[in-house]
Amino acid sequence: MATFRSHVLVCGGTGCTSGGSDKVLETLREGIKANGLDKEITVVQTGCHGMCEAGPIVIVYPEGTFYTHVKPQDAKEIVAEHLLKGRVVERLLYKEAMHSEAVPHYKELPFYSKQVRLTLRNCGYIDPDSLEEYVARDGYQALAKVLTEKTPEQVVEDIKASGLRGRGGGGFSTGMKWMFCAKSPGPKKYVICNADEGDPGAFMDRSLLEGDPHAILEGMAIGAYAMGADEGYIYCRAEYPLAIKRLLKSITDAEEAGLLGENILGTGFNFTLHVKEGAGAFVCGEETALMNSIEGKRGMPRPRPPFPAIKGLWGKPSNINNVETWANVAQIMFHGPEWYANYGYDKSRGTKVFALTGKVNNTGLVEVPMGTTIREVVFDIGGGIIGGKKFKAVQIGGPSGGCLTEQHLDLPISYESLTAAGAIMGSGGLVVVDEDTCMVDMAKFFLEFTQRESCGKCIPCREGTKKMLDILIRITEGNGREEDIDNLIYLGTQIKTASLCGLGQTAPNPVLTTLRYFRHEYEAHIREKRCPAGACTALITITIDPAKCVGCTKCTKACPVNAISGTVKQPHLIDQDKCIKCGACVEVCPFKAIDKK
Amino acid sequence: MPKISNLEELKKLRDKSIAETAARKEGRFRVIIGLGTCGIAAGGRKIMEAAMEEIAKRGLKDVSVETTGCIGMCQNEPLMDIVRPGEPRVTYGNLKPEDVPRIIADHLVNGNVVEEKVIGRPE
Repeated sequence: MATFRSHVLVCGGTGCTSGGSDKVLETLREGIKANGLDKEITVVQTGCHGMCEAGPIVIVYPEGTFYTHVKPQDAKEIVAEHLLKGRVVERLLYKEAMHSEAVPHYKELPFYSKQVRLTLRNCGYIDPDSLEEYVARDGYQALAKVLTEKTPEQVVEDIKASGLRGRGGGGFSTGMKWMFCAKSPGPKKYVICNADEGDPGAFMDRSLLEGDPHAILEGMAIGAYAMGADEGYIYCRAEYPLAIKRLLKSITDAEEAGLLGENILGTGFNFTLHVKEGAGAFVCGEETALMNSIEGKRGMPRPRPPFPAIKGLWGKPSNINNVETWANVAQIMFHGPEWYANYGYDKSRGTKVFALTGKVNNTGLVEVPMGTTIREVVFDIGGGIIGGKKFKAVQIGGPSGGCLTEQHLDLPISYESLTAAGAIMGSGGLVVVDEDTCMVDMAKFFLEFTQRESCGKCIPCREGTKKMLDILIRITEGNGREEDIDNLIYLGTQIKTASLCGLGQTAPNPVLTTLRYFRHEYEAHIREKRCPAGACTALITITIDPAKCVGCTKCTKACPVNAISGTVKQPHLIDQDKCIKCGACVEVCPFKAIDKK
Repeated sequence: MPKISNLEELKKLRDKSIAETAARKEGRFRVIIGLGTCGIAAGGRKIMEAAMEEIAKRGLKDVSVETTGCIGMCQNEPLMDIVRPGEPRVTYGNLKPEDVPRIIADHLVNGNVVEEKVIGRPE
């Protein structure tokens, strides 16, 4: 690696890659070579920048010019204009949703300026495949410090003092968890990283693994030292091929460099790390099911106690933490626990990464200090609701979480505040919902997911979620009964209490919280056979107002099922038996003659 | 990659890697070359190469080499600006590659403006 005057960073996260960033990278390299700039300018592929909405993303340093939606032909222009002639390509700059002003520099984007990126600090800034680039960002310094200056007990104490809590959603004190495992007797122990991220709409862990894999490795090595383990597993779902590829490369590189394996940094400490691919079962994100899966058994939870700290993987004391939790460890040890505890709110210290999705302008990955309000996340960082529509709710914590409404917009985010409001922190999925989303339909979506993913071991979860789903389907199809709401609440509370693992214990949450805040929507479905959001197709009818229809035939052409008939310049008619209620005709009608209700 | 077997070696790798990725932030010292069509036609690229060579030769740190488009002084191209932290930006014009090492040494490193080559102070 030589010194270059300019580094061009191209996002190689999954979002940007599917948007064609590989081709952009190739075009940039070709263009730079063709113009004889290859001795001055280097192109680097990085992990996710978080602003997936604007991808593929290209950043030109040292200026930090931030280009969005870059296509291969745009890459040619960046070479010809910016790299060769020093002229910024204005049309590719990020434009704010609210104003049309272009924002040229990375650090000035409102999306980033309101964030505090501790865990994600290297994502989008370094080449994740380069150990050297990680080391340039103080990588492995924390491990070196811990191995040479601290006893395992001191490390546990530091993690405790930092206030770090489980980022997978549990929120249990990481330091306490480590202490239980450290005190558990036995010559053989394991540390495990839970990278079986399965919540619909969540991609925090994937981006971390893809963007900064060495940070996870370093965190786990520190944890292993603190707890007396010499072997570790990263359990990563097979649906994350890029994350697995980068993990394997980083492990090989770290072993070659002597930062993993035998006698690390000459201190006598040994730690080997394996990657185990999960086969796509959501329940394997539950720690005991995950350990069963590593052992080659069927991925089903086992009762606790005994807790993994006493009897975990292969019956040995084990500690399992989520990707984001591990990613915080090295930084806490590098900067000190007080530094970390400085960020945050109440009993929730540090920052939290959220995958912001749904009906929001800037979908992507955001990291904010605990205590930030939901309004700041959705409106200041997220740029508000798409199309200026009305905010209705956020679903936080995925299928295990709950929804929060407008009244919670100014709620500071912490483990306790979210639980009190009926939701959970969860792993960090944050789905924004607008006025066009039916809450019954959304609850049905999440329950369909958990019901399908229930492993079937315990009856409350296996049978209970099925019954709840049957009721929800009935309601959304206009066959709801008066007693359905009471039954949903009864079933939901029973399933929560009687299920064996976290999957069942949290599965009813989306239903229970939507019932808590949007009961009137359920009632409208049941009593009036009406979907207030106009989303449940069985409950809406689309009709043409003959007084307004001029017979332009636009709707006839738009209808995918040929349900509209009529002659030119005569009012048209929709055949209700054929209509699939897709609403395509409503959108194309220039005279607003088509009604959907 | 060679094995890192102690703290000293890790520190060495860190320092080397930091130097190699330094261009990813704006340096406190900046050298800005005019590379619009006029700058390129007048030989701006040779100026840039000379500047980069001199910076590498002297092992200067915290310096970013940037490019800029045409600023309207085409008759004075090739142009090169020097910015030192806390000091006004100085524009040099009508440069030849052999002028560059002197400007880097006198101005960028030692803070003495090479007056005879200055054509303006934009700020």
